[in-house]
Amino acid sequence: MSALTDDTLPVTPQAMRDEMIVFAGMAVLLGLVPLTGIYPFFVMQALCFALLACAFNLLIGYGGLLSFGHAMFLGTAGYCSAHALKVWGVTPEIGILVGVAGAAALSVVTGFISIRRQGIYFSMITLALSQLLYFIYLQAPFTHGEDGIQGIPQGYLFGIFNLSKPTVLYYVVLAGFLGGFLLIYRTINSPFGEVLKSIRENEQRAISLGYKTDQYKLLAFILSGTIAGFAGSLKVFVAQNASLTDVHWTMSGEIVLMTLVGGLGTVFGPVVGAFVIIAMQQYLAGFGQWVTVIQGVIFVACVLTFRRGIIGEIAHYFRRSL
Amino acid sequence: MQALYAQLLVGLINGSFYALLSLGLAVIFGMLNIINFAHGALYMMGAFCAYFLLHLTGIGYWWALIIAPIVVGIFGMILERTMLQWLAGLDHLYGLLLTFGIALIVQGVFQNYFGSSGLPYAIPDYPEVGGFRGLQGGMNLGFMFLPIYRGWVVVFSLVVCLATWFLIEKTRLGANLRAATENPTLVRAFGINVPRMITLTYGLGVGLAALAGVLSAPINQVRPLMGADLIIVVFAVVVIGGMGSIMGSIITGFALGVIEGLTKYFYPEASNTVVFVLMVLVLLVKPTGLTGRAA
Repeated sequence: MSALTDDTLPVTPQAMRDEMIVFAGMAVLLGLVPLTGIYPFFVMQALCFALLACAFNLLIGYGGLLSFGHAMFLGTAGYCSAHALKVWGVTPEIGILVGVAGAAALSVVTGFISIRRQGIYFSMITLALSQLLYFIYLQAPFTHGEDGIQGIPQGYLFGIFNLSKPTVLYYVVLAGFLGGFLLIYRTINSPFGEVLKSIRENEQRAISLGYKTDQYKLLAFILSGTIAGFAGSLKVFVAQNASLTDVHWTMSGEIVLMTLVGGLGTVFGPVVGAFVIIAMQQYLAGFGQWVTVIQGVIFVACVLTFRRGIIGEIAHYFRRSL
Repeated sequence: MQALYAQLLVGLINGSFYALLSLGLAVIFGMLNIINFAHGALYMMGAFCAYFLLHLTGIGYWWALIIAPIVVGIFGMILERTMLQWLAGLDHLYGLLLTFGIALIVQGVFQNYFGSSGLPYAIPDYPEVGGFRGLQGGMNLGFMFLPIYRGWVVVFSLVVCLATWFLIEKTRLGANLRAATENPTLVRAFGINVPRMITLTYGLGVGLAALAGVLSAPINQVRPLMGADLIIVVFAVVVIGGMGSIMGSIITGFALGVIEGLTKYFYPEASNTVVFVLMVLVLLVKPTGLTGRAA
């Protein structure tokens, strides 16, 4: 059986330098966005999803675990942050903290349950768990059911940054995205990340070498869920609402699609994929359900002909790791 | 007590659908090593096929029970020949992603033309036997009133499930199939056309889903998203039961339907979630599933 990702290229100092150059380029480009007149709301939304896809990619690309329920972290963190901000009236930094803590707690519980099975079963279990959570949120009073939590106050981050100004909010979201991205990048290049990759390649062998693979997988799951939650908390400030769509399985599918389009197991793929898919939804918003059909077609086309994704193909062409 | 029996019956009916769908998933997984995410969409196509047959050509329920599974089964076999077969040898997860994409396409197209609301499909009113008009009406069993159509769905599904079990476990064809699941290369060496067998197996699994769709049309109405949420519950059923045994899938399907029905009576708030909660409990106690082999 061939693995999902084919980055057999070793991580060399050369590769890491390339990646840091691309990262710096990406940071500068994104930092210049407010000067160009591009609609900042679109880019902020894309950044939140990019971080979410990067967190998802940590599990599938480096741990070989395909989670079909990552929307539950997005939604849970969103609901926790939104409730804290609106009902308790806390400051933005506390609101983010509450959301991230909620997602982290959820990832501990769901991770403990879902890593008991591998491969295809893991995907089905995460999907079922997120559906369980969907029904709980549908009935729980604090989520306001179908209406969701609306009109969330944005407030002042650390008492100085006025988040209701789009440019300020943009740089805060960008800082959050870059911070989360670097954390994931550091993780996959750490000894922990190397063990994770070895589990993906051959779990039995990793066990025989003395690694407690379940603990590594659980830790990766918690890290991924928590960072996904952070993306969900940031998204609350951008969208100013928290609703059931964020917990629905279609959202989990979109996260998978973004990562697949960009390139599973590549460092920058999920970011590119998120921008492509969000842009597509933006431009095709008038076509109703055809957007779903197009997403389905992209899924099929990617799996059949384009398994490396955009960044994966570029990296393969230049024989570089990206 | 009336309400309890009524919920038990609803549970048995849902259990029939769980059993038919998880059976198909298990058969397909055995041969193709693919979890068919499109199963819910194909179940929906079965129901729509019955609807089209009735409203466009006037062909009624009884013929639809035969024609719809064949039509949808052929559609499935075309999918297998044109797409799924190219995934052989790749990671299992690609099959999940591909069939998820197929499900999005099929459901999206139907949603475009039919929206999200349900289309009615009448319970057949022929043939007239005794005092009954087809499967309409009901009979008084003394302790409860049994709508005939609902009783029919449970009995017929059970018969189909057992027939599938018999086909796979007790016939020569089934023996070949099980052998090809274990070791396709060796079975090919015996001169059996394994790729054709894989295609037919996918057609069989898909046909079972379409049959469940036809059965559910008069009860649940015909909706483009009727299979979308159902398939996630069926995944939980499959995780609980494991996919190693045909009989295991059938029993787990019916049992979970009944448990769900009982929950609707005793604690209705949890009726949506009880199957998922049971899945969590089973995973904590016996991670391999009740009948499953380790995957």
